[in-house]
Amino acid sequence: MDGDAYTDRELMVAAAAREIDDGDVAFVGMRLPLIAFQVAVSTHASNARSVFESGVVRDTPADGFLHTMCDLPNLDRAVSTTSMIDIMSRLQRGDIDVGFLGGAEIDRYGNLNTTRVASDSGSVRLPGSGGACDIACLSQRTVVLMAHEPRRFVRDVTYNTSPGHGDGGDWRERESVAGGGPDALVTTKATFGFDDGGELYLESLHPGVDFDDVVADFPWDLRTAADVTGESVDRTDPPSRPVLDLIREFDPDGFWTR
Amino acid sequence: MPQSKVRDLSAAVDLIDSGSSVALGLALEHAIPFAAGHELIRQGTDDLTLVGPISDLLFDQLIGAELVETVRAAWVGNVSTGTGYNFRRAVEEGNLDVENHSNFSVALSLKAGAMGVPYLPTRSLLGSDVFAESERFREAEDPYSGDRLALVPAIRPDWSIVHVQRASPYGDAHFWGNSGVTFEGVDAATETLVVAEEIVDPAVIKSDPSRTTITGDSVTAVAEVPYGCHPSPLAGRYNRDNEHYVDYAERTTDRAGTAEWLDEWVHSVPNREAYMERVEKDLRPTERTVAAEVEYGR
Repeated sequence: MDGDAYTDRELMVAAAAREIDDGDVAFVGMRLPLIAFQVAVSTHASNARSVFESGVVRDTPADGFLHTMCDLPNLDRAVSTTSMIDIMSRLQRGDIDVGFLGGAEIDRYGNLNTTRVASDSGSVRLPGSGGACDIACLSQRTVVLMAHEPRRFVRDVTYNTSPGHGDGGDWRERESVAGGGPDALVTTKATFGFDDGGELYLESLHPGVDFDDVVADFPWDLRTAADVTGESVDRTDPPSRPVLDLIREFDPDGFWTR
Repeated sequence: MPQSKVRDLSAAVDLIDSGSSVALGLALEHAIPFAAGHELIRQGTDDLTLVGPISDLLFDQLIGAELVETVRAAWVGNVSTGTGYNFRRAVEEGNLDVENHSNFSVALSLKAGAMGVPYLPTRSLLGSDVFAESERFREAEDPYSGDRLALVPAIRPDWSIVHVQRASPYGDAHFWGNSGVTFEGVDAATETLVVAEEIVDPAVIKSDPSRTTITGDSVTAVAEVPYGCHPSPLAGRYNRDNEHYVDYAERTTDRAGTAEWLDEWVHSVPNREAYMERVEKDLRPTERTVAAEVEYGR
């Protein structure tokens, strides 16, 4: 790809990288967040660390492409290669600032499903939670990354694999769900926040995306920044040239990002 | 002097009876004991209960070979492509019981088993359907603080199968790289099969006791199988063969494709040497990175 053109997924990686603050400990799952961390630590967040449920702890980008967190370049020059109990205990202690999640379905309070969905022919079995339930329960905040498809936005998730804000309000507190819950959603069309009641709202549209197209994908009246903060819906910043260069350095064949 | 526990892989896997619960893939995408799993398929060891966190392909292959009755896991699929079609089909057709876990609940189940306690508490799971739909997890009040907690009961598999870089004939093993729930799995299981890239003199193990993460008293049998984790990676030895994962996904979308795949990669290859002759790629690390020397002294 030439010039400053970029793919939807490259923009998602750039947006996800912005969610990692300098000094954060980020729980980095697979795919796009894995690249987002490497971008963040190479740009604005040189003091960030990443932890992986496999046991890996890193504070620098890997020297080589990563299909998974267990590829040798991710183990080489890691800070530590420890165990899952160690990593999950950090999460349970409240030491993870931001965790990344994906999902097949999301509802208006950010509850996520990766276990099974209903289809015309019955029930479709998906791979399951992995560490997602734990990250959703225990991270200080979570950021959700998801392809923007109408079937993914549902009134009620078929199975609540990774609890968000439940049915809204102080649900997490009432249900003794420890962490802070979903704080942002980044899709292939837009970015979203969660208001004080835990409800999803539209924050910014990606360049070239129409407001009506986004709103039409939701089976409920989607709140927007105008409803929540009184400010208008922004345009998402496109990835800068240096960030694009980094994404293509970390994913040279575009396995995850094209 | 301790007795050697070395067996060849087929004799070691033959110790595992049909109907056993077997923990596998405990280091997540790292060090998956594919060679041992394929030997289970060749021997037709069936009615298995599989235990693991993110199981990746090996569970899908054993399910596709129709050897599995129950899966107790957090995630079953293909990390490179998502869906594990044999797992999905078996669940949708009602041929597989699944006990849904999170990664932490699998880890805590094995840790409880390893510690010899009936359960461990956690702040995870609460609020999820993983918890709500489970017949095993319980809610309890912390008697000290009054907090609500989830209780995760112990799992004690009949067998754990793990792959390590090197082991002595007695089963004392060095393992490095990320470990996931490898050691919890070994300590929780009644019997453990250690598959090693290399069987070494016990003096090699004792030269670096901090790296001895499995001791022979927990080990039933040791088998030497170079490249026994392919297509998964093993720290310091070989990288992941991603194309193999993508190819598997493309070829196993239906039963016939799975049967063909199993025939090509499992049934028609008698052992790992024959298997590795079919793998043309060079997966060795492109650069050696050797740890700084460690001194113990006396």
